[in-house]
Amino acid sequence: MVQVAMTITYLANPARFMRVSAVLLPWVAGLAAVVLAVGLYWSLVIAPPDYQQGESVRIMFIHVPAAWLASLVYLVIAVASFVALVWRHPLAEIAAQAAAPVGAAFTLVCLVTGSLWGRPMWGTYWVWDARLTSVLVLFFLYLGYIALVSAFDDPARGARAGSILALVGVVNLPIIKFSVDWWNTLHQPASISLTGSTIDPSMLWPLLVMAVGFMLLFAALLMVRMRAMLNERRVRALRLQGG
Amino acid sequence: MAGFFALVRRDLCLAWRQGGEIGLAVGFFVLAVVLFPFGVGPEPELLRRVSAGIIWVAALLAAVSSLDRLFAADHADGGLDLIALSPLPLEVAVLAKCLAHWLTTGLALTIVSPALAVIVDMASADMPVLVLGLLLGTPALTLIGAIGAALTLGARRPGVLSALLVLPLYLPPLIFGAGAVEAGMGGGGARAHLLLLGAFSLGALVLAPIAAAAALRDALE
Repeated sequence: MVQVAMTITYLANPARFMRVSAVLLPWVAGLAAVVLAVGLYWSLVIAPPDYQQGESVRIMFIHVPAAWLASLVYLVIAVASFVALVWRHPLAEIAAQAAAPVGAAFTLVCLVTGSLWGRPMWGTYWVWDARLTSVLVLFFLYLGYIALVSAFDDPARGARAGSILALVGVVNLPIIKFSVDWWNTLHQPASISLTGSTIDPSMLWPLLVMAVGFMLLFAALLMVRMRAMLNERRVRALRLQGG
Repeated sequence: MAGFFALVRRDLCLAWRQGGEIGLAVGFFVLAVVLFPFGVGPEPELLRRVSAGIIWVAALLAAVSSLDRLFAADHADGGLDLIALSPLPLEVAVLAKCLAHWLTTGLALTIVSPALAVIVDMASADMPVLVLGLLLGTPALTLIGAIGAALTLGARRPGVLSALLVLPLYLPPLIFGAGAVEAGMGGGGARAHLLLLGAFSLGALVLAPIAAAAALRDALE
């Protein structure tokens, strides 16, 4: 734990972050590509079709990791926002802003794949089920955050306002997680928990590989976007200096 | 405490003397409800089924449209800086402004809601649940709205932006408020919905002033 805290403190210097991420980025991106390729082949070709859902179960290998990442990325944004508000750390603000569009994209993927799966399985693209509705709210929270951050002439003010909004929106995360247990509507409850899984290993393993691939993809995209934003700031600062 | 009531009295005076303020929110609310029969058709059966939803959605929209009143004028004329400098904690000042705002919108909407319930053909037995629900839920609308209003101070197009931020957070009161009337129609199961609605408002009462005050401090920096 102390080690992790020290690593984060060490990396919290923007210049140092740029150096370390330049080395890490190709490896993380390459690993993400490999893991995703393996995961996609495994889940779309090797894994057996479901005895009830048939081939359309394969949508789940995209849908479930996207849903996990949608919540996880929001949590990352909220933690980064907290750090930014408490310690006024510029890199945390950049991390939160860089993560937001990626998280919004994961949420959209989750909603779209879910609705494509729902059409043959539930007979409808969309139902006003508690889980679906709360994920839709999450999508709107992402959009609101992105809109708020870019709505000010002073970027620092937009960043702080966004941080407060991100923390307010955290209340939605437990609602998403427990919506299937509290309201018991159409969306099925979680099949995987820390204590075990009700999924057959032949489907569980490709799913987990896909989840790891999605996480690596997020890490790579986050680094790319953070580096771009830091470079953008540097260019702006140099322009102001140069007159 | 004296400062708290002074602020409430001042905001109420301003809302009262500037005339239109209260009427505007109520007028918006009435018009929004009246639009629905034109949109979905005038069949009494259909209207009765969706009456609670119509009134709650209209209340949400009226609340959102009145949010700019909360801080924007004081921010523009510098009054907000003086409030922030006063010995009153900013969180308490936010609470005072929310109370005044709720008295002039949430409470006003609640008072006219039975008349609107008649227009959309709600059964008179369901009206107490509707009014009680609005009474319990509208404070949450003002309090959460205060966060949105404070966050968007000084932004480009603050009105649309605060609506975008706040409306997703208004979903729980909408679900439980309209759900209470619906459950009551089925035969007296409104209690659980109303309790959840009250719990949501109490939670907002504790947390929203903190978030709104933090946002105001940033806006005033």
